[in-house]
Amino acid sequence: MSETSNANSFSIDGQRIPFTPGQTILQAALAAGVYIPHLCHHPDLKPHGSCKLCTVIVNGRNGSACTQMAMPGIEVENNSPTLNDRRRVLLQMLFVEGNHFCPGCEKSGNCQLQALAYDLEMLAPHFRHAYPVRPIDTTHPDVWLDLNRCIMCELCVRASRDIDGKNVFALAGRGVDSHIVVNSPSGRLGDSALSIDDAAVHVCPVGAIMVKRVGYAVPIGERQFDEQPISRQVDYLAARHIPIVPVAATEER
Amino acid sequence: MSQLETAAHPETLRRVAIDPVTRVEGHGKVTLLLDQDNKIHQVRLHIVEFRGFEVFIEGRPYWEVPVTVQRLCGICPVSHQLAAVKAMDQIAGYGPLTPTAEKLRRLMHYGQMVQSHAVHFYHLASPDLLLGFDSDFTRRNIVGVALDFPEIAKQGVLLRKYGQEVIRHVAGKRVHGTGAIPGGVNKALTVVERDEMARDIEQMIGWTQGAIDMVRRLHETNPGFYNVFGESAGNMMGLMRPDGALDFYHGALRAVDPLGQTIFDQVDYADYQQVLQEEIKPWSYMKFPHIKSLGADKGWYKVGPLARVQAATYLATPLAEIERQKMMALGNGKPVHGTLFYHWARLVEILHAAEMIRDLLNDPDILGTDLMADRGERRYEAVGVIEAPRGTLFHHYRVNEDDQVTYCNLIVSTTNNNQAMNEAIRTVARQYLDGREVTEGLLNHIECAIRAYDPCLSCATHALGKMPLTVEVVDADGQLASSLSKA
Repeated sequence: MSETSNANSFSIDGQRIPFTPGQTILQAALAAGVYIPHLCHHPDLKPHGSCKLCTVIVNGRNGSACTQMAMPGIEVENNSPTLNDRRRVLLQMLFVEGNHFCPGCEKSGNCQLQALAYDLEMLAPHFRHAYPVRPIDTTHPDVWLDLNRCIMCELCVRASRDIDGKNVFALAGRGVDSHIVVNSPSGRLGDSALSIDDAAVHVCPVGAIMVKRVGYAVPIGERQFDEQPISRQVDYLAARHIPIVPVAATEER
Repeated sequence: MSQLETAAHPETLRRVAIDPVTRVEGHGKVTLLLDQDNKIHQVRLHIVEFRGFEVFIEGRPYWEVPVTVQRLCGICPVSHQLAAVKAMDQIAGYGPLTPTAEKLRRLMHYGQMVQSHAVHFYHLASPDLLLGFDSDFTRRNIVGVALDFPEIAKQGVLLRKYGQEVIRHVAGKRVHGTGAIPGGVNKALTVVERDEMARDIEQMIGWTQGAIDMVRRLHETNPGFYNVFGESAGNMMGLMRPDGALDFYHGALRAVDPLGQTIFDQVDYADYQQVLQEEIKPWSYMKFPHIKSLGADKGWYKVGPLARVQAATYLATPLAEIERQKMMALGNGKPVHGTLFYHWARLVEILHAAEMIRDLLNDPDILGTDLMADRGERRYEAVGVIEAPRGTLFHHYRVNEDDQVTYCNLIVSTTNNNQAMNEAIRTVARQYLDGREVTEGLLNHIECAIRAYDPCLSCATHALGKMPLTVEVVDADGQLASSLSKA
């Protein structure tokens, strides 16, 4: 491998990936059509590095592909049995840590957690379910907050802060007591500044923040992850943007 | 109290249990108490499992309920989805459905009727009917039927598949799809899908007519047996159109007495609590509903195929109506109450559902794309009722201002049939077991009577938090050591 060819490229599992300076490994990979599993990353938001699903091995050392910058000539191990086994374990822990009942969840078919679990062939939760008691906040007129399904990726926290400029959500507590809290005098969503067209409402990768009174509107077969597994939807993952809901649509509901 | 429900001195009697009852959906057991001369003193059908759906629906958003609640069952989830969505249409404030939406829901429902009834008749009941009630129990199953009657077994499998494909085309999946959503349906039917269903429908109708002929010939071999087996004359209930035709998807309640005389008719099902009452008994997890005006002892009723085709004035499709009349002719002007007539009536219903599917597939509305109704004022309480394969199914919900379900009451078909099944097995016990040495074949007669109702025992035990649950610890001498009750 010559110095010149390394100057603006690196390798993932032996495949050459071009990059532009300032791109993370994950951004460069997605732009080149290479899939790296991830949950807490969103193209519209700054990297966070919390879910650890995108952990890859860079020149022999573990690192989050969403936070580590692409560098000339680095060698990245991604789609290997060892890493995918670890990712599956992370998913299993996420599933048992919350209360995820896909059969009755409106997000089913559009849920990134579910899609990853299918794609990484997670056949059973393996660990004992924690069955945590988590609150549901139904006080907002248009938005339903069900913390049973929250994976604490903080996408809503970041979207509310960085896109909406409202700081409606924050993470509180430590360790197993970590949980999303709502920034309002009562702590309830209905008393917060959240509005239905906020990015924070539409960024949730699971079914924790849902628009009210919309249920199963997209038929089975037409949902995001029905046609192709998430690992084959790299273009979507790279180019997706938080949908802005037109006001007319909200009135119709 | 029903005869043989409770023995006067159970402590002196021998107990025989059929546990579990096989070839039914869910878990149940039958206990018999016999004296030393094998005289029967007590017969009970107990439902021994526990589901708790009414409670864990509480707190959930109303739009989730039709999809969540169908997980009660894998055999007729469509019924629960439709009963729930009919309630949620009202809760969400939707007006009348568009013609296409109602017809697609009906299509899915008739597909459900075909597949559920086919599972029951061919997979669960036909081994008894074709191989014999007391035939070798190691072969008394669908595999045994497939070996001796391969063509019938094949038709059963393919009829079921057809019904499931109809469901898949509307709901997206054969089992536990989405399809019906508050206000309408989420998917239009394509021409390709319609044509695929239309291609095979005449074959399904033909096979069903063949199966009805087979049951008629079976009956002719021993009418004395089939007419009286498990015979229990009870009231009968179902959903009817204003003109008295049976309607599986929507109608008003009609109940008739054992002679077919009207008890009530065209009662809005939202007012079901004015005509029906539920009773709890300490020995079963399943409630015992009855017609209020007649009281608990005389007010029990039957639902499901035999009850509703006889309570109806007619069936609105020609071939099924002819078959209904042929079956009812055996009663010489009165309704028939032999338990095994349930199978015959069930096949008549497959025929009715298949004819309805054919008519819907020929209806231009079925390919329409106007799927959602107009939305009006939100409501906070609603009842949804349909005729599920096993009988009348009630879903009753209250929803608060924040869209959360605060109350859920489900009266499922099998619960409606609770007393009827107990009456049927008591009759069978008197007819075949009383005073005789108990054998596996005779015990299967009891199971055959339960099976005829096609009970869904898992659906029927959804009422966690309402039923009296008693846990008893008994020591080695049979003495009660401790007891814990939840009233």
